[in-house]
This record gives sequence, C-alpha cells and structure tokens, in this order.
Amino acid sequence: MTKLIWLIPILPLLGVALNGTLGKRLGKRGVGTIACGVVLAAFLLSCGAVWELSQLAPDDRHVTASLGTWLPLGPVGPGGALATIDWGFALDPLSAVMILVVTGVGFLIHVYATGYMAHEEGFARFFVYMNLFMSMMLTLVLGGNLLVTFVGWEGVGLCSYLLIGFFYDRPFDARTGLSCADAGRKAFIVNRIGDFAFVIGMLYLLTTFGTLDYRGVLDGVASGTGSQAMLVAVALLLFVGACGKSAQIPLYVWLPDAMAGPTPVSALIHAATMVTAGVYMVTRMSGLYAHAPEAMAVVAVVGAATALFAATMGITATDIKKVLAYSTVSQLGYMFAAAGVGAWTAAIFHLMTHAFFKALLFLGAGSVIHGLGGEQDITKMGGLKSKMPVTFATFMTATLAISGIVPLAGFFSKDEILWGAFSSGHRVVWAVLALAAGLTAFYMFRLTFLVFYGEPRGDRHAWDHAHESPRSMTLPLVILSILSIVGGWVGIPALLAGGRDVNVFHHWLAPAVAGAHAEAEGGASHAASTEGLLMAAALGVALAGIGLASVLYRARKGAADRIAASFRPVYVLWRNLYWVDELYEAVVLRPFYALSRFFSAFDRLVVDGLVNVAGIFVDITGQVLKLFQTGYVRNYALLFLMGVVAILVYFARL
Amino acid sequence: MIDPRLVLILSTVLFALGAVGVLLRRGAISILMCVELMLNAANLAFITFARLRGGPEAQIYVFFVMTLAAAEAAAGLAIVIALFRLKGTTDVDEINLLKW
Repeated sequence: MTKLIWLIPILPLLGVALNGTLGKRLGKRGVGTIACGVVLAAFLLSCGAVWELSQLAPDDRHVTASLGTWLPLGPVGPGGALATIDWGFALDPLSAVMILVVTGVGFLIHVYATGYMAHEEGFARFFVYMNLFMSMMLTLVLGGNLLVTFVGWEGVGLCSYLLIGFFYDRPFDARTGLSCADAGRKAFIVNRIGDFAFVIGMLYLLTTFGTLDYRGVLDGVASGTGSQAMLVAVALLLFVGACGKSAQIPLYVWLPDAMAGPTPVSALIHAATMVTAGVYMVTRMSGLYAHAPEAMAVVAVVGAATALFAATMGITATDIKKVLAYSTVSQLGYMFAAAGVGAWTAAIFHLMTHAFFKALLFLGAGSVIHGLGGEQDITKMGGLKSKMPVTFATFMTATLAISGIVPLAGFFSKDEILWGAFSSGHRVVWAVLALAAGLTAFYMFRLTFLVFYGEPRGDRHAWDHAHESPRSMTLPLVILSILSIVGGWVGIPALLAGGRDVNVFHHWLAPAVAGAHAEAEGGASHAASTEGLLMAAALGVALAGIGLASVLYRARKGAADRIAASFRPVYVLWRNLYWVDELYEAVVLRPFYALSRFFSAFDRLVVDGLVNVAGIFVDITGQVLKLFQTGYVRNYALLFLMGVVAILVYFARL
Repeated sequence: MIDPRLVLILSTVLFALGAVGVLLRRGAISILMCVELMLNAANLAFITFARLRGGPEAQIYVFFVMTLAAAEAAAGLAIVIALFRLKGTTDVDEINLLKW
C-alpha cells in the first residue's frame, strides 16, 4: 500500500466531485455518507500504508511515489544544472503521523459535522469544502517536494477562506464590525503575506540546490552547499510563511476571526490540522534549521512570545470559541518554541496531542452552542453540567489534558517541550512557557466553570430547552476524549517508566527529523533529579492555575469582577486584545487605503484623462469636418469641380 | 476647314455651360441634361483632336462616351423616378438624407 500513497489525497476529491455535482439530489443523508466515507477510506488506506512503513527498517522508512514530471524548469540550479519538479509524494515517519492525525481526527469531525450541520442551509456545499480541505491537507503533508506541499498549502488556505465565510451573509464581530465574509477575506489576505515569503524562500532553495525535493534540499544543506547567510535567510523566509499559516506573532490576527466559520471547521482547520501545517513544515525542514541557529533562535522567541501573548488574551475573552482560538494560537506558539529549541519530536508530539484535545474542545463547544440554540457568550451560560452530561465529561477531559494534568496526553507533550527548552539552555523560553502553561490551565478552567457550573445566567428559556446533542455528535466526542487520555502514552519519558526506554514516539520520528538536540531523542543522559523537579514544577503551575480559576469562578462569586476592576488598565488592554487590530488598521490598512485612493485618482485623472484627450481630439476634428457634409449635391459637385481644376492647374503648370 | 481653335472654344463654352447648369439647377432632370451637355462638349473636343491627329483612337473614345451617356441617362432617370416616388419632388436640395 505504500505504492498507493498518491491515492490518499485523491480519495477525498472523489467526494468533492460526487457531492459537488449531485449534492442537491442526494439528500443530506447521502451527502453525509459520501463525505464521511471517502475520508474513512483515506484513513484506512493511511493506516495500511503506515503499517507497511513500520515494517521497514528504521532508516529505510522513506517511500516515494511520483505521478510524473510536473515542471521541467531548465537550467535554474547552481552552475546551470537542470531542474525538474515532479508530482512527488513521500511517506516517512513524520508525514505518517500527520496523515493519521489528519484523516483520523478529520473523519471524526466529519461524522460530528453531519449532526451539527443537519439544520443548516448549504449542507452539500459545506461537505464539498470539507472534503476539498482534506484532499489539500493530505497533499500538503504527503508532498515529496516543497512545491507540491505548497499546492496543498494554498489549497487549505482556499478552503479555510471558503469555510470561514460559509455563513457569508451573517455579521460576525460587533467590536470590529466584521461580517463572516470579511473574516474569511482577512484570513486569506493575512496568509498571503506569509505565503509571499514562503515563495521567495522556495525560489532561493531552487536556485541554490537545483531541486525542491525535501531529500535533495536537506542532503544539499548537510553537504555544505549554500552559504550560511543564505541558509538563515531561507529558514527565516519559510518561518514567515509558517507564521502566517500557523497564526504566530505578528500574523496571528486572522485566527480569532476565523471562528466565524461553523464550529466543525474551527475544530478541523483552525485547531487540529491546517494551522499546524507551519509546525509540520518547519519540522520537515529541521535539517535546514539545524544549520541556521540564528533562525532557530527567532523561531523559539516568536513561539514563546506567542504562547504567552495569546494566553493573556484568552483570559478575558467571553466568546467560547474565541477563548479556544487564543488557546490554539498559544499552543501553536508552544510547538514553535519546541521547534526553535531543537526539540523537534516534542513539537510534533504536542501537535498530535493538541489535535486530539483541541478538536475535542471545539467539538464540545459546538455541542454547547448547538444545545443552546446558537449562544456563544460564556457570560450567558452556566449550569450545563446536568443538562449535557456527555459533553461535560468529554470537555472536562480535554480541559484537563490541555492543562497538562498527569496522565493525560497534554501532560507528556507539554512536559517534553518544557524539558527540551530547559535542558537545551533556553531558560528564559522555559520560564515563559511555564507561565503560559499556568495561564492555559487558568483560562481553560475559567471557561469550563463558566459554561458548566453555577447557575444559568443567560436566557432562561434557552437553558430550559438545552439538550444533549445527538449520537452522531457525542460519539466523536467520546472517541476523541479517549484519544486525549491515551494519546500521550506513546511518548512517556524514561523517568516515569522506571528508567526503561518506552518513548516509542521518539524512536518512530528519529529518522525523519534532525537530531539537533540530544535530549529530544529521548536519551537518558540528563540528570533525572532535574527533570523530575521540572515536571513537578510544571504540574504545580498547572494546578495553581486551576486553583486560582476555581477560587475566582467557583468559590467566590464576583471575585473575578473585583479583580478586573482593580487591575482595570490590564483588563482593558486584554479585553481589547492589545489593540493589535487597531494598530494594524492604523499602520498598515490606512496608509494602504490612502495609497489606493491616490492610485485610483491617478488612474481616473491622468490615465483616463490621456485617453479622453485622444477622444476629444477626434471629436473636434469630426465636428469641423462634418460641416462639409451639407447634403446638397451642388456643394459636392462644386468641390469636385474645384478639385478637378486644381489638378489640371497642377499638371498644366498654368 | 474651320479653325480647330474655334471648335475647341465652342467645346469649352458648352462644357462650362453644362458645369454651371449642374451647379446651379435644382431639378434633377435639368442636372442630368446638363451632364449630357458636358459629355457632348467633351465629345466635340475629342473629335477635334481626332481630326488633328488623323488616327482613330480618339473617335473610339467618343463611342465609349456615347455608350456611357446612354447608360447614364437610363440609370439616372430611373433613380430620379425612384426619388420622385419617395419624396414627391425632384429638387435635389430636398434630397439630403446623408446630411449630418
């Protein structure tokens, strides 16, 4: 089945073709079955392919498949070397993890969406977009060279745009006055900025190494082709691309507004898969980053800063999905920080566990919204614990997992990132991430307490009618909550396993990523006491966050408001999201609009003016000449005669 | 033999009369008749030159011109009749459909 990996991205395209052409006639049941079926088929095929891959020797775990030459580029490589780009696909341990997460979580979310979207208009359209997204995401992760990955990269961006703007006729954000369609455009345009840098980075790679194949490029880097400055430049350019796609400072602004899309979209695209593409791409190029330590430092700093920055905004958000959105930005920052300190496997490990529990959180939030008939404001919720027991239990599991409580998935991945930062000497990064971990636990439990505990604060009528969601929605919740519990057990550190090396995740990924940092390989060389201490510290910070949340939002009613009042400037700063949107508006948008107005005026006055002058000239000439067109035959005859006489005079030299 | 210059002068006078008639008359039929006059003035000049040269070429041209004059009279009168049916007049000043 490893020969068939090219088929994995094609399968969801079948669903696009079927539902896209016949969607209206098939009915909702038929559309849902086809959409879920093709994703399930892709998942099963992925499982088979990964199983076959695992049967190979660790160093041989790299299979490729090519659908032929795409671009014969001619002499663009170093010294005029010929370069061609194939429709190439590659499966290695890294992309294996990704396709299993994408198709597995993707399938569950598709099933969930058949229930969630059951009452919405455009059911078939929704699943066409979703299937197209799956196809593009799989192209992205299975691409054997940067350009095929880029096709998927742009494709998921397109689907993201289409799905954010799915309710294109509805308003979205009262504070900024965005409509859903605006939110989609915002996501698309912010991503273009990153993609621009990505393309430039690719072109640099192509001219330096004469290939865009991951293997070829990384071999070239390892053999010392290309100057150090070029490597750092390319690494930074690719990272800017990753910043756009994975919502890092300064390009994170689109992700909170991406919540305008339906909740399953937020779960699939803006939490579990697409936004992790940047982390995946950076890890995929880990061999390049390992040779560009300056770029890695930038990655680590940006990641850690984003982790903390977004967490603070999550504390004051009141929209259930926006809290989760800031949490996603923060967790993506975690992953980049891990990549930046060289803990590549930890980054991918956290990517995987995050996909489980964040998808679960979004789906749980969707279940709450669904049960309350569209309410998203957590200040109007409360007391839903008894009304929605399954949703509550699964949401609580995910909250514990993201907070990093042992032995749930988030604990292991988060701990590994913290340990990676500390043991590689990035103490400041470690401290920032630990603080962010505490904030994460705090705002997640704030969310849980406000939604599920206490008295209902919102519309009494809506609360009375609140109901548990149908089976098609709760079943994915249950499966994902199991994954959120056990998902971390593939990467248990040796310390907790009594010194035995049970970290299968590291061994699995080891052939596919650069061994920039020995600790990331799961070695037992480090000081066990230090690691144990850090683990306890991380756990303690998380518990402190939970404790604070329970004091403020459970035990002492109104305490949170009093604190908000006494730290009013901070509260206002966070509540308004640091005014970053307003800053971009003032610094980027307004000058841009002014420039646009100038060019518009230039076009209308100068360019159009020149054309109009030509027109006016012809018009005036015609106005003068038409006077000779009197309509009197005699006038014509006279002119004719005068002409004849003139010619005679000329020839006769009279 | 008559002095050919006198004949040429006659021809010129006839031609000028025809041209002035074309320019000044308003009836379409008068204009056509004036055109005939101009054509025949030209014929007279041709004959005179033929006589002076002694060859047949110029006389052949005269036959051509006479044929053309006949054709022109037929076609021209047909057009005049059509115009008369259309506009109820043969006054060329009334026939100004192509005016701006």
